[in-house]
Parts: sequence; structure tokens; C-alpha cells
Amino acid sequence: MIDFSIILAGFGGQGVLSAGKMAAESALIEGKEVSWFPSYGPEMRGGTANCSVVISDEPIGSPVINEPDVLIALNQPSLEKFEDTLKPGGIIIIDSSLVKVAPKRTDIRFIPINSSEIASELGSMAYATIVLLGCVSAATGAFTRESFEKALYDVLPERRHHMIPNNLNAFDKGAEFAKK
Amino acid sequence: MAKRVLMKGNEVIAEAAIRAGCRHYFGYPITPQTEVMHYMAREMVKHGGTFVQAESEVAAINMVYGAAATGERVLTSSSSPGISLKQEGISYIAGAELPAVVVNIMRGGPGLGGILPSQGDYFQATKGGGHGDYRNLVIAPASVQELYELTVKSFDLADKYRMVCMILGDGTIGQMMEPVAFKEKEDTEEVAKPWATTGMHGREKHNTITSIYIDPDDLEAKNRELQEKYREIEEKEVMFESSNLDDAEIVIAAYGTCSRICKNVIRQAAELGIKVGMVRPITLWPFPSKEFARVADMPSVKGFLDVELSSGQMIEDVRLAVNGKKPVYFHGRMGGNLPTQKEILDEIVKIHKGEI
Repeated sequence: MIDFSIILAGFGGQGVLSAGKMAAESALIEGKEVSWFPSYGPEMRGGTANCSVVISDEPIGSPVINEPDVLIALNQPSLEKFEDTLKPGGIIIIDSSLVKVAPKRTDIRFIPINSSEIASELGSMAYATIVLLGCVSAATGAFTRESFEKALYDVLPERRHHMIPNNLNAFDKGAEFAKK
Repeated sequence: MAKRVLMKGNEVIAEAAIRAGCRHYFGYPITPQTEVMHYMAREMVKHGGTFVQAESEVAAINMVYGAAATGERVLTSSSSPGISLKQEGISYIAGAELPAVVVNIMRGGPGLGGILPSQGDYFQATKGGGHGDYRNLVIAPASVQELYELTVKSFDLADKYRMVCMILGDGTIGQMMEPVAFKEKEDTEEVAKPWATTGMHGREKHNTITSIYIDPDDLEAKNRELQEKYREIEEKEVMFESSNLDDAEIVIAAYGTCSRICKNVIRQAAELGIKVGMVRPITLWPFPSKEFARVADMPSVKGFLDVELSSGQMIEDVRLAVNGKKPVYFHGRMGGNLPTQKEILDEIVKIHKGEI
């Protein structure tokens, strides 16, 4: 049974809220139950932003996550804020181009990915979170590449559809890291 | 089954209102409810309706009063401090017996407070809020799908009883996204409104919308009429969801976001061998008092745990209904904080062990 909770956290503007929405949209396409809850507090103004995503085969109880299965951290403060809350055996995925100090926890799986560098090679920093989503997909099975691709067609306006191959490329590069 | 789309709670309120035939929205922006307004600003004009960003909440509710007097379906939305400003108008609408839907996506108070989720307006919503002997129908959805269905229903209820129907959610309910499946066509009940001020239409006497009754006997008669209507609503319109009550030892009372958090807690308690059930009021007024009284009589039930994003407001109605038959414990958070599952589970364990 699939029952995952993911916290995506970073600076406002890095696209963590949109990335969380893409994860939820992808899982929804597979008929799963999903919820997405953003931080909308005062910390968003120039500070950190985060969202909680729950993906489950069963009806979802709380959309508010206290102990995530997966943490995606796009900056150092986010890693420090949420590291201790991760479930034992959970997964921490970081953008290692931006997060320089590794987590202290040893009871978790740690996957550092230089996603910002990969994104800039693909031509846009917007792909950084997509690289990380590719890793989540491959590491957890919470949603597939196929449904992610369908979600892109659903969510992106047609004038942006030319970016879909690059999005999938970024997704695949992230997935590679889960296999290491 | 209809295709499910991922949408934010606040946007679903606005979409549901349009689907229910609401063609007039008046509001003033405030976090965490502004997406209702934002959606209306974009969509209402496409449906040939009216969208007005008023100069204040007071102006917005009086625009609602005016539009409702013509028999049109009308909506306003705000968050806690803005709803306080609307109370005078809500009282007038109650007195004039007009149908209107008011949405309150609550944030922490008192005063300007903060912008994060709260359920601190329960008293204001269910016990009056404005002046005079009146009630609002108060509905508390707990999911985005329910926000859709209950917002549509709230327009029917407002029309049927000619009163304010309030959708009461907290910031979490408004801000979260969940899948929602819209019906192809809404089965809303359009009722005749012979009282509406839409012109004489050959009548001999013109319709008057007013809440002023200078003669005390007239005003008392009006009040008696209102109370009769409220008693009918208490008989016919109570909504609640009871779950896991078979052999339950502890029964949680929670609505909205708290009920969602408690669903997880119930599973965790079961793993510890503690049987926990829940009564979730969907209408906060009329309150499901009979259900709480029934559950209080169940021999398996040792006590209740009321969980709220407040210092304890709904608990007063729970205690009135339980009527001393079983203890009613409380766990609440304030200021925009949400209780963790562990906090609530710890309370349940303590109650189960007889430590509190």
C-alpha cells in the first residue's frame, strides 16, 4: 500500500509549492488520494516556503504532516528545520549545490543531488525541483514517470509544452540518483 | 465517476457558489480567504454576474443585504476580523429574513491576531455574533470535496429558511488542495421568492424588506416567528459524521481540520489497543446534541475528548449535550498552531489510563 508524506522546503521563489503540486497532480492521475498544504505564514515573505503533500491509496486523514516520510530541502535552513521530524528510515533529498552541511541523522537514507547545476545545464533553474521529483518518484514509487508526463500536459499551458521534453529529461536525471 | 481535479479549498468555495447559481459577490480581501475573491473576480463576469471589491467589509455585507432583497443568490467571504465587521449587517439580514451565504475562513485572534488557522470564531458564528435573538445556520466542512457539496447546499438552505448560512472553515481548509469531483449539473432547489423587491408585477401592495418593528408586540411576534423557524431547523437540518463508535472507549469531538488530524490519531490509538471513535459535527448550529447524548449513554464510552483550534468553545455545546453523563476532556491549540497527532494521542493515553 502506498501512503507517503512529503515535505518540500526551500526559499520562496525556488518553486517548492509548484513542485509539491506537480507531485500531487501526478499521483492523482493514478487515482490515488492526495492532499497539498502550503505554508502561508509570515515566513514566506523573503524567507522559507514549504508544502506538505500526502499521497495514499486510502482516504487521507490529516493533510498536516508532523513526521514526513520524505524531506526535500532546497536550502540549509529547511534541512535544519525539518531533519529531526523525519520518520526513522525516511529519505532526505537535498539540492547539494545549495545545501552544504549534510544531515546528522544516520537512521535515514540521504540522497544529495546537484540539481541546480543539472538544471542550469538544461537551460533553466526551473528544472531543479523537477530533478528532485524524479528522484522521489524512483525512490518511493509514490507516482510514476508516465503520470508525471501526463500531469505536465494537464498543468502547463500549451505555450509551455515545448518545455516538456526538458522537464522529462530533468526528471530522468533525478531518478538516476535514486538507483545509486 | 466524474474526473477529479486538484483545487484549493478557497477556489472550490467560489466555483461551488457559481455552480449553485450565485451571481453576486461582494467582498474585501483578507488572508487566508482572498482566493475566494480572486476566483470570483476572474470567473463571475464570465457568468454574467456581479463582482464588487467593496471599500470595506461593512460595505460588502450591506451590498449583500441589498442584493439578497431582490431574491438573487449572493455570497460574501472574509476571515475573522472581517467577519466581525460584518456582524451588524448579518443581524439586519437575520431581522429582515433574507437568504445569503457568508464564508468565514478563520484565522487566529483576538484583534488583528495572525493569519494562520484557528477555530476561535465558534462562539461568534453559533451564538449570535451580532445583536438580537437570531441564529445563523453554520456549516463546517472538513475536506475540499465537502466544501464543494456543502457550499452548494448552503445556498439551498439559505433560500429555504431565508437566513444567513455560514460556511465556517479554518485557514487550513481554505488553503489546502485536494481532489474534487464536480457534478455535471447541480441539483439545487430554486424556491419561489414572492417577498423579493423586484417590482409590483401587478400586485396591489409593494414588498417591503425591513428589520424595524417599533411596536413591541409586533417585534415580539416577529421574534416568535424566527424562533419557530429555528426550532424547525434544529429538528430537520442537523448534520454530523459518527465513526468508529462500536465499542469505543473514548470519543473525540472535533470539526474541520481537527477532525482530519484526529482521523490519524484514531488509527494510532488502535495500534495501542485503545478504541477511539469520533463524532464530527458538520452543522455547528444546529448542533448534533442528540447524537452526543446518544453516544454518552453507550456503556463502552468512558469519556469524550474535545479537540479544537481554540481555548475550548464547541466544548460548551458538547458538555450541554453530554449533560454530565461522562467526563469531557479538552485539548486545544491557539494562535495559528495546529495540534500534533502525538499531542492528541498522549491525551488519549492519559484518559485511558485514568491519569486525568
